[in-house]
Amino acid sequence: MVPVNYYIVLSAILFTIGVLGVLTHRNALIIFMSVELMLNAANLAFVAFGSAIQSFSGQIFVFFVIAVAAAEVAVGLALIVEIFKSKRSIDVDQISSMKG
Amino acid sequence: MHLAETANTGFLFLAPWLVFAPALGLLINIIFGGWFMKHSWGENAVGIVASLASGAAFVISVLLTWSLAANHGEVARWYLADWIHIGTLQIDWTFRIDSLSTTMMLVVSGVGTLIHIYAIGYMHEDVRFKNDVGRYSRFFVFLNLFIAMMMILVSGDSYLMLFVGWEGVGLCSFLLIGFWYELDTLGRPSWANSNAAKKAFIVNRIGDFGFLIAAFIMFWNFRSLQFDQVFEAAEGVAPGVILAITLFMLVGVAGKSAQIPLYVWLPDAMAGPTPVSALIHAATMVTAGVYLITRSAELYTLVPQAQYIVALTGAVTALFAATIAVGQYDIKKVLAYSTISQLGFMVAAVGMGAFVAGMFHLVTHAFFKALLFLSAGSVILGLERGHHHLAHAHHDENSRGKRKEERGEGTREEGEHFDPNDMRNMGGMRKTMPVTFWLYMIGTLALAGIVPFAGFWSKDEILLDASRHYPFIYWLLTIAALFTAFYMGRQIWMVFFGEPRHEAAAHAEESKPIITVPLMVLAFLSLVGGALNLPFEGFHNLGHWLEYTLHEVETLPLDYGVAGISTVLALAAILLAWLIYGRNPLRSGETDPLKRRLGPIFTGAENKWFVDEIYHAIIVTPFVKTSQFLADVIDGRFWHDWFHETVIAGTYNWISNIGLDRYADQRGIDAVANGLGSLAQWLSATLRKVQNGFVRSYALSVLLGVVLIVGYLILK
Repeated sequence: MVPVNYYIVLSAILFTIGVLGVLTHRNALIIFMSVELMLNAANLAFVAFGSAIQSFSGQIFVFFVIAVAAAEVAVGLALIVEIFKSKRSIDVDQISSMKG
Repeated sequence: MHLAETANTGFLFLAPWLVFAPALGLLINIIFGGWFMKHSWGENAVGIVASLASGAAFVISVLLTWSLAANHGEVARWYLADWIHIGTLQIDWTFRIDSLSTTMMLVVSGVGTLIHIYAIGYMHEDVRFKNDVGRYSRFFVFLNLFIAMMMILVSGDSYLMLFVGWEGVGLCSFLLIGFWYELDTLGRPSWANSNAAKKAFIVNRIGDFGFLIAAFIMFWNFRSLQFDQVFEAAEGVAPGVILAITLFMLVGVAGKSAQIPLYVWLPDAMAGPTPVSALIHAATMVTAGVYLITRSAELYTLVPQAQYIVALTGAVTALFAATIAVGQYDIKKVLAYSTISQLGFMVAAVGMGAFVAGMFHLVTHAFFKALLFLSAGSVILGLERGHHHLAHAHHDENSRGKRKEERGEGTREEGEHFDPNDMRNMGGMRKTMPVTFWLYMIGTLALAGIVPFAGFWSKDEILLDASRHYPFIYWLLTIAALFTAFYMGRQIWMVFFGEPRHEAAAHAEESKPIITVPLMVLAFLSLVGGALNLPFEGFHNLGHWLEYTLHEVETLPLDYGVAGISTVLALAAILLAWLIYGRNPLRSGETDPLKRRLGPIFTGAENKWFVDEIYHAIIVTPFVKTSQFLADVIDGRFWHDWFHETVIAGTYNWISNIGLDRYADQRGIDAVANGLGSLAQWLSATLRKVQNGFVRSYALSVLLGVVLIVGYLILK
């Protein structure tokens, strides 16, 4: 059996990759995918801890997260499509009309 | 039981109306006087209202006297209202009805009413000679106010109530002396009359100061100002205290009753209309001092030193004023100095403890001096009528054509200023004014002390008391009486005998009955007034009456020696006056024959022994100089210019400009406020860069926040 530490380290690595993806890329789709990566890193940590403490609650949380992520993708992709329609671009740095 | 009580109090319930009746009269004349005066009957209405108000006070006085007599002279009090309640001090407005106060009430309201009636006629002409008819009703308002105040004075049951009346009559005196405040005695525009009024008021203020000090000492030692409580407590304190009280009270008496050294206001007070001189400055108000000493008899009898000082003051005043009267030419000034002299007699009497004699002389003097003043007023009016008549005749002859443009101008504008008070303008008036002449003769004989006129009996009683106990004072008073007869003789010869020295005197006209009838009543009283207190066994009526209040009264039988000496001296003085003034009557423009014989002595008397000048030099001028110094140097330059402007305002300005404005305000408070503003600007300028619109930098912020929070949670 693989120790839980390994899963957590993998989860942390995946999360960090996601964070760096969000912070460094300007393409909205890639940011979107990086966010998915971070969500799934968290899912991995949930499942790993759930199995480590012999509890289902971790897996139940993961189902909720997947459901919410699906909803998020639906809303987020719709927003990106609308933004692309108006700006002809999905570069997030172009979308700065809220600048103070 | 109830009936018995009613019988006991009698008419006592009327006591407050002594004050309210004249007060009502004056209110009616204040409110409706102006409306009355718009009608032809207005003057009579005003005069009748005022006379009725004063007459009502007289009727009430009679009824109170009757109640008191029916009650065997038992002191009665009628409580009207609370006044001062502080701690144990309790002063009410209570009317005190005893034989002394009723005597004063009868004199004040009786003589006062006669003078009110006389004034109806007198003021009718006076306001016309002075061209201000509208002032008629004001005169009667003041007269009624005077009666009300005098009633408060004599009916008060404590020294404080007495003082209220004392000040009130002083006010009335001031108002009436200055009745023609914008004129002088000759009717020319001037401040002479108002200055005379101020002089009377200010000199009286000095006296009132003495009275107040006496009242304060009383309150301090006895804790009360009510007469009976004071007298009861007086026996228990050191004689020095009583001496201080009585001597300070004497200062008040000297002010109000015109004694040395405060008598100087009374001659000037003759600036008032003649009824005022008669009522206030001869018959009633000036006797308030005599009343005060009589009222305080129980205090004065405790300290013989004070009594002697009072008697001496009175006697010296009597003689001193009599000598001045010899040298006066103004008919009213002679009577004024005579009044001072006679008040001196009264003060001497009450000072010697002869309270009955003093009060007796007060009563008879009120009769004959009022008579003399009012008759003098009649003479003055007669002369004014004569002068008026002449002026018009003159006018008709010389300026028939100019009449139209000069119409309406009174005698005031006639150029030469005729003095109707000057005896040198009179002479021979017994032919033109026979009624006034006979009335004046009666007054003169009463004042000179000739049997059987009232003045003889009262003056003789004073001389008799003096001869028994105080020989020095007796001689002073006897010589004063000699002078009295002489100056009155001089006046009679100068005014009524000889030839007219001015055309006005030749054309003088007799006065109307409204003026002469009250004089006849006074003449009758001057004739028979002595019957009040005849010095024979079974009489002494006034003495027995006052005994109810004064307790110990010495009744002396007539001493033929004393009476004989004074009568012989009086007759001799009149004879001497005849030798000098009657045998060879003064002619127009001639010097007074006595002046030719006595020279500087007469000049001294004529100039009042320069007392006014001395007072002016030693009191008034230094006072004015000191006031100017205080006002200019101390107040103006030191306090105002230097202390207030430089020190206080300068320091304030310096502190506010430099300290507060420049440092505290500009550098302190402004800096904080501006700093806050700058800080907010800087913060917003800085923070707006955070809101850069880049999603990724927001995400970085979120990450950093999460890292911080998680780091804190892990590492705590």
